[in-house]
Amino acid sequence: MKIYAALSAVTLAVLVATTSYAVEPDEMLADPALEERARIISQDLKCVVCQNETIDESNASLAQDMRRLVRQRVLAGDSNQAVLDYMVDRYGDFVLLRPRVTGQTVLLWFGPFALLLLGGLIVARYIRRPSITTVQALTPEELAEVEALTKDSNTRNDS
Amino acid sequence: MNPEIGHYALALALPVALVQAFVPLIGATRRDAALMAVAGPAALLQMLLIGTAFAALTQAFIASDFSVMNVYQNSHTAKPLLYKISGVWGNHEGSLLLWVAILAVFGAAVAAFGAALPDRLKARALAVQGMIGAGFLAFILFTSNPFLRVDPTPAQGLGLNPLLQDPGLAFHPPMLYLGYVGFSMAFSFAVAALLEGRVDAAWARWVRPWTLAAWSFLTVGIGLGSWWAYYELGWGGWWFWDPVENASFIPWLTGTALLHSAIVVEKREALKSWTILLAIITFSLSLLGTFLVRSGILTSVHAFASDPTRGVFVLVLLAIAVGGSLTLYAIKAPKLEPGGLFSPLSRESGLLLNNLFLATAAATVLLGTLYPLIAEALELGTLSVGAPYFNTVFVPLMVPLVLLMGIGPMMAWKRSDLAGVLGRLKGALVGVVVVFGIALALSGVDIIDIAGSAGIALAAWLFFASLTEWAGRVRLFKSSPADLWKRVSSLPRASHGMTIAHLGMAVLIVGVSGSSAWKQENILTMGAGETVTVAGFDVTFDGAELIRGPNYESVQGTFSATRGGGKAVTLKPERRVYDQPVQQTTEAAIHTTFWADLYIVLGDGPADTGRYVVRAYFEPFVPFLWYGILMMGFGGLVSLSDRRHRIGAPRKAAAIAEPIKA
Repeated sequence: MKIYAALSAVTLAVLVATTSYAVEPDEMLADPALEERARIISQDLKCVVCQNETIDESNASLAQDMRRLVRQRVLAGDSNQAVLDYMVDRYGDFVLLRPRVTGQTVLLWFGPFALLLLGGLIVARYIRRPSITTVQALTPEELAEVEALTKDSNTRNDS
Repeated sequence: MNPEIGHYALALALPVALVQAFVPLIGATRRDAALMAVAGPAALLQMLLIGTAFAALTQAFIASDFSVMNVYQNSHTAKPLLYKISGVWGNHEGSLLLWVAILAVFGAAVAAFGAALPDRLKARALAVQGMIGAGFLAFILFTSNPFLRVDPTPAQGLGLNPLLQDPGLAFHPPMLYLGYVGFSMAFSFAVAALLEGRVDAAWARWVRPWTLAAWSFLTVGIGLGSWWAYYELGWGGWWFWDPVENASFIPWLTGTALLHSAIVVEKREALKSWTILLAIITFSLSLLGTFLVRSGILTSVHAFASDPTRGVFVLVLLAIAVGGSLTLYAIKAPKLEPGGLFSPLSRESGLLLNNLFLATAAATVLLGTLYPLIAEALELGTLSVGAPYFNTVFVPLMVPLVLLMGIGPMMAWKRSDLAGVLGRLKGALVGVVVVFGIALALSGVDIIDIAGSAGIALAAWLFFASLTEWAGRVRLFKSSPADLWKRVSSLPRASHGMTIAHLGMAVLIVGVSGSSAWKQENILTMGAGETVTVAGFDVTFDGAELIRGPNYESVQGTFSATRGGGKAVTLKPERRVYDQPVQQTTEAAIHTTFWADLYIVLGDGPADTGRYVVRAYFEPFVPFLWYGILMMGFGGLVSLSDRRHRIGAPRKAAAIAEPIKA
C-alpha cells in the first residue's frame, strides 16, 4: 500500500525537512553475512506505522528502530525464526508480512490450492461429460417447426 | 463561464444516459425498431456532452482557473503544461470524469461502427453501457463534482503531488481506464447476449476486439505504473503486491482468461456460459478495483467508515452491477446451448486449464488483498498480508501455466496427440537445458542462483516453444524464401499477435526471475572523489550541487561510472523539494544497458560534511520487464488488426439463423 500512501501523502500536511531512505549505512552490521541475514529477515517484517511497507524499505523512524532491533537480535546470535518470534512478541502478529498458518489464516494459505483442486475437478467433469447432451431429442414445438418449414419448402418446390 | 458549460453538459449527460439505458431495452423486448434506434444517437450525444465537460475541465486546468475547487486543489501556475493537463485526471473527481469520457467514446464507437451488429444485440449492449454510464455520472454529480466553484477565487493553487508530476504516471491512469472501460464493453455484450439468450461464434467475434484492446491497454497501463514505481519511488523495486497494484492486476488476470476462453467460443462454440461469466467477473473486478482505490477502504476499514459517502455509493453501484448481472446469469445461462465436445488432450482443454490457473491466480490475489480487511471487519484480529505471502502462493500457480503456454498453441482442436506435440518440441527442450546450464555456469550454485536460473529456463521454454509453433506454421525450414514470405504474410495476424505476446511473456519472465535473483546493492556514505564498485561498475562521486527547476529545488549529484575501463557514463540523481506542495522526491539516475540497469539514488548526508548517503543498485534484467510488457501490448494490437475483426462476422450465418427463430 505504499503507493497509495505515497499518492495520498499530498492530502496530509507535508513538511519534509530531512528524511532517511530505508537502510542507512550507519545501521548496517560490519559482518556482511549477518547484515545479509538481517536484510532477509527485515523483508518479512511490516513497518507497523506504514501502509504495506517492509521495515527494510521504509523511511519511518519507527522502522529504523525496528531494523536496529533486528540487528541486535542477529548479533546476539538468534536464528532467523527466533528474531521473527521476538518481533511478534513485541509488536504482535501484525508485523509479519507472511502470516503464520493458524486457524485464522487457514483459508488464506490453503484457499488457493483448495480452489485449484475444486476447479480442476469441475474441469475434469466438464471435459468428460457424456456425449448424449449434443444429440437431444427435439421438443414437440421444434418438431412442429421443422414440419412447418419442410412443408414450406415443399410448397415452394411445387410452385 | 466554461466550468458551468461543462457542469451543465455533464448534468445533461445523465438523463441522456438514462434514456440510452432503458428505451432501447424496451425496444429490444418489444422488437420495436424505432425504440431500439434511440440507442445510437443517444450514445453519440452522450459522447458529445461528456466530451464537452471533459474539455471544459481541461481548459480550466490549462488556464489555471482557481475559481474551480478542483483546479485550486490540484494545480499550480508554475507547473509544466503536460502536468497541468495530466492534473485533470490526477485527482479523484477528474479521474472519474475521464472514466465516463472513455466509456462514452467506446459507446459512440459501437454506435458509429457497429452497423454490422445484429440490431437487438447492439441496442441491448448500448443500453447496458447507458446503465453503467448513468451510474458513474450520478456518482460524479452527487458525490464527486469536479466543477464546484470556490469563492473568493484563490490567487494560487495548491499544486499537484510531485510524485504524480511524471511522464510515466501522466499516462498511467488513461491506459488503465481504457482497459477497465474496454472490459465494460465485454460486460455489456455479455449481458446483452444473456438477455438475447443466444451466444455464438459471431458474438465472440464482436466481443474479441474490445477484449483485446482492453487487455492491451491494461497491460501497458500496469506496466507504466510498475515502471514509474521503479524509477520514482527510489528503491529499485518494480512490484510490491500493493493493494492498489493488485486492484488492477486482478482484472488483468481474469481479462487474460477471458481473452483465451472467447477463442474457444469463436472457434468451437464451447465454453459459452463460462466465457459470459468471465466477462461479467472481469468488469466486476474492475469496478471493485475502482471501489478499493476510491473509497479509502484500503487504508483501514475504520477510515472508510468515518467518511463513507463515496465508498457506499460505489459499493451500491457495484452491488447493482454484480448482483444484477449474476442474477441474470443464474437465470439465463443454463438455457444456453451446450458447446461442442472435445477430448482431454485438445486445444480446448489446454485453454480451459489456462483459465483454471488464471482464475485461481486472480482469486488468490483477491483473497490476499482483502484478507486483512475481512479479518479486521470480522474482528478476528489484525494481520498483514504482504509480498512474501503473494510470492509464495502466486509463483506455484504461474509455473504450470507457463509450461502449458508452450504446449497449448501446438495442440489441435478437438483431439490432439501429446506425444506428437512434445516430439516437435524436442529442440525447444534441448534449448531449455542449454540455457539452464549457461545460467548456472554464469551465476553459481547457491539456492538463489538455482531459482533464478530455473526462472530463466522456464522463460526459455516458453520462448523456444512459441518460436517452434510459429516456425511450424510458416514452415520456416521447409520452404523457399519466396514461399516463406507468402506464408508469413498469409498467416492470420491473430497468430502473429499471439506469438509476439507469448514471446513477450517469456521476456517478462526473464526480467522477473533475473532481477529478483541477482539484484546487487551497495549502500554507503560518499564524499566527492570517492569510488564504489557495484557489479563491476566503478562509480565515482564527482560532487553535488544545488540546482533550481521550474517548480522545485534540487540537490543534484554527479557520478561517473565505468566498467572494465570502458567509456565513462555520467549519472545525475537528484533529491528534489517541490515548492507547492512542499514535498521531497528522489529522482534516481539510471544507466541502462541492454541487459541491466545501474541505478543510483542520492540520499541525505550528515549536515555540512559534504558527504552523502549513496545507494548504488545493479538491477540485472529489469529492462526485460519493459521489453516484455511492450511486446505483450504490441502482440495484442497486432491481433486486433486481424482481418476478421475488420470485415466483421459473416452476415450469412445470421441470415440463416433468423428465419428458423422467427
